[in-house]
Amino acid sequence: MANEPHAAYKNPFLPWLLLLPTLVILVVFLYWPTIDTFRLSLYRVAFLGLKKTFVGLANYREIFTNPEYLRIFWNTAVFSAAVVFFSMAVGLFLSVLVNQKIGGKRFYRLFLIWPYALSPAVAGVIFLFLFNPQAGIVNYFLDTLFKVRPDWLTEPILAMSVLILAAVWKNVGYNVVFYVAGLQNLPGEVLEAALIDGASPWQRFWHVTFPLLAPMTLFLLVMNTIYAFFDAFPFVDLLTKGGPNGATNILIYNIYRDGFEFFKTGLAAAQSVVLFIAVVLLTIVQLRWGERRTHLGG
Amino acid sequence: MRARKRLQVLIVHLLLILAVVAVAAPVVFAFIFSTQTPAEIFRYPPEFKIGTALLDNYRVVWNQYHLGVYMKNSAIIAIAVTVGKTIISFLAALALVYFRFPLKGSVFIFILLTLMMPTEIIIVALFDLVTKIGWSNSYAALIVPFLASATGTFLFRQQFLQIPPSLVDAARIDGAGPLRFAFAILLPMSMNVISAMAVIQFVYMWNQYLWPLIVIRDGSKQVVQVGLRMLTSGQDATNWGIVMAGAIVALLPALVLFLLLQEQFARGFALSEEK
Repeated sequence: MANEPHAAYKNPFLPWLLLLPTLVILVVFLYWPTIDTFRLSLYRVAFLGLKKTFVGLANYREIFTNPEYLRIFWNTAVFSAAVVFFSMAVGLFLSVLVNQKIGGKRFYRLFLIWPYALSPAVAGVIFLFLFNPQAGIVNYFLDTLFKVRPDWLTEPILAMSVLILAAVWKNVGYNVVFYVAGLQNLPGEVLEAALIDGASPWQRFWHVTFPLLAPMTLFLLVMNTIYAFFDAFPFVDLLTKGGPNGATNILIYNIYRDGFEFFKTGLAAAQSVVLFIAVVLLTIVQLRWGERRTHLGG
Repeated sequence: MRARKRLQVLIVHLLLILAVVAVAAPVVFAFIFSTQTPAEIFRYPPEFKIGTALLDNYRVVWNQYHLGVYMKNSAIIAIAVTVGKTIISFLAALALVYFRFPLKGSVFIFILLTLMMPTEIIIVALFDLVTKIGWSNSYAALIVPFLASATGTFLFRQQFLQIPPSLVDAARIDGAGPLRFAFAILLPMSMNVISAMAVIQFVYMWNQYLWPLIVIRDGSKQVVQVGLRMLTSGQDATNWGIVMAGAIVALLPALVLFLLLQEQFARGFALSEEK
């Protein structure tokens, strides 16, 4: 900020006038609701929002001790870990394939990334049909091949798997975009040196390529986690509604339910605060990494 | 050695083709079944070809299930936010880059911190707020809160910082004020960022689901993504042909935009990573 060669203009009012719309919207629609969420998390609301009582940290005690809420945290962790891991692992694998010396690179890249443009809701609706026990095409294939017709959305583990699969399917493309870019920007000399040293492709990948991609991997780790936390909502809402019996109920879905179906505003706010703290931690990681990247001259 | 190399290339192609097919399959199936009647969908074995209800399903979903209305609503909201946010972010970045003023560092950090406040986290309080100001069930609630963002501001800031400072000095010496400089010089030079940002913003708004679901009570004002939810929970939920037709219609605008403007997408991604 100290040395600013671009800042040629000086005016006491104009910069503030230019910033006014941004600042007003950010204060009114982001800062204030964020602070209000903290405040609401200290209250218990009853009678459909008509009566509000200060309860201190009771909402937090509730969500951190009640087994039902602990289960939601557990589900969120399982879902997020799986979505992040598979989106990134498959994304990286496909990016390495696309980055080989082969023809049709642009074609492959495009046809791998396009689901990024689909909405989670569209993906959710399509998977709802594909995994429908009667009409769904998945069970037709499974029946033909293995003579089984699983009840996908009423078995806890299967329901979670379908959710994860749908969320991963939609998000692999995003990871391919970044990993392909990352691979193309790798310093060629280092890879060549490894080649001359006689390292096998496998060794080259794990000892040279993968460490060089670390900054990209960290960035994608943050972005995929945020995707799993928030963009998961339409998948859960359309595919399982948190069921069977709470097996796929994750934080963002339960915040919606507590807040807007059961009118437990205080509990919904307390869960939002927990999620907020998770996002703050992730953002700190990301900003730290951003600094390091500039130091490396990337 | 040669033969082995050729085999390797072949395997890579095979794996990639497999992946491309796996990625496309859900949407291809969705399209095929969007053309079939319930009887055709439930027959065993299913037939993987265009059915007899192509026109009927799309007509029914568009008119009877009001997807046409939802699409129009989504378009209004997405365009309003895209245009508004582009202008507002441009102005904010102009102040942050080309002006000297007190507290600039603090303003910068103040905007930066909002990166940590996704709307989803504050839905409870935000809903209270828009209800209090009388915006529940209105487009204003879907548009105004999204008109400013750290991402948008920093995209432009990044772009401005890459333009040589000698340009603004020259403009100033020539007597051009800040606004004239901004609109005559900066704006035409920023078209790349503008198109990149516009594409990403449009798709982001087009795909919104949770917030419209909470705010909009009135069916005629609903957006297309939530419209899909109504298709699956409606009385005719087992008519999968119609539900799939809805999904195909809803995915088309964002997908077409993506295919036409791949370059902008890629650039927008690259920029958003740099922020």
